[in-house]
Amino acid sequence: MMAKIIGGYFTSHVPGIGGAIMRGDQETPYWKPFFAGFPPIREWLAEARPDVAVVFSNDHGLNFFLDKMPTFAVGAAPSYDNADEGWGLPVYKSFEGHPALSWHLIDSLVRDEFDITTCQKMLVDHAVSIPFELAYPGVESWPLKLIPLAINTVQYPLPSPKRCLALGRAVHRALQSWGGDERILICGTGGLSHQLDGPRAGFMNPDYDMFCLDNLAANPDALTGHTAEQVAELAGTQGVEILNWIAARGAMGDVPLAEVSRNYHIPISNTAAASLLLEPA
Amino acid sequence: MVPQPATAITQEQSLRRAIPLFDGALATRGYELNAMCFSFNEKANRDAFLADEDAYCARFHLTPEQRKAVAERNVLAMLDAGGNVYYLAKLAGIFGLGVQDLGALQTGMSVDAFKAMLVTWAEKIPHARIPQKENA
Repeated sequence: MMAKIIGGYFTSHVPGIGGAIMRGDQETPYWKPFFAGFPPIREWLAEARPDVAVVFSNDHGLNFFLDKMPTFAVGAAPSYDNADEGWGLPVYKSFEGHPALSWHLIDSLVRDEFDITTCQKMLVDHAVSIPFELAYPGVESWPLKLIPLAINTVQYPLPSPKRCLALGRAVHRALQSWGGDERILICGTGGLSHQLDGPRAGFMNPDYDMFCLDNLAANPDALTGHTAEQVAELAGTQGVEILNWIAARGAMGDVPLAEVSRNYHIPISNTAAASLLLEPA
Repeated sequence: MVPQPATAITQEQSLRRAIPLFDGALATRGYELNAMCFSFNEKANRDAFLADEDAYCARFHLTPEQRKAVAERNVLAMLDAGGNVYYLAKLAGIFGLGVQDLGALQTGMSVDAFKAMLVTWAEKIPHARIPQKENA
């Protein structure tokens, strides 16, 4: 029996989604078009029953400060707590970790010449919690273990899209050489286009978003033709969170993928929001 | 002769300055301000800031430029002083301001006008390329 990568779940992680869930706003005209993307994902997850999630996201100043800012960080903790982020979201449920698989990943990545930072303690912020609140609404405890990978999208220089795809592919190789029998879900969170800061605040780019959504499954290398700076120019300064999606796509491996569901909606909060579910064809 | 970085690096740096992006220069300039904002993850620190803003800012050794920007609640000035929006959002949270309020403050629009502007981006979605779900 070998561990199996059963699919890839991608979603925006805007804090405002957490606020909408807290207020029960899912069916309001403003939020409904976004939340409408999730029933197919929930149905698929109920059937597919993943027991480990390998999640690529970015920290927003909860776990990492600028005193030490890893480009790539891999969690190796027995559990991962959320905490107060300072702007009024509820504190979300903790995740159980999978240290043995984390250390296998770390061993494999470093042997593969990815000089990652390892974290035996790591808080996870809304970028990890909200995607699972969306996927498993109202559950008592998360039905799967977590391995978080954090990509620096805060302080330049950021890793390039090309490097993030390569990181993901290295994660894929690591998962393939793991001897367990887990059913593994790959997740990429954040985006799509948005910009919070500066005179260009409120900027979005539906054309670039569609380019990403249309190419991610079949031709992810198409997304690596830009530098991180060029992605920020195209997608907005926080739109660079697409790096998490690119890395997650790499972790699914270079196999044919089928699109199970896709949703794209403008706006939620200041963001062009999307959800996407891919599975091996 | 002063050594020059490779062309590719100078191109990246000039794009960072043009957008602008939070790079080493801004991160250096803004360290104290961002450190203070990072502290606002804890409620006790948010309360301490509200109780005595001057004393709290002094504790983090804000530069005069940073202190002035915070006192004036001037978001663009905070960014110029090296503030990073992910950290500044925690300061905004103390005042109950969300990202649409920040957007309005930075663009000079009213909050309603800013929200209406966000909605108009939907008109630019290339509809024809969104595949229809099969078996819907």
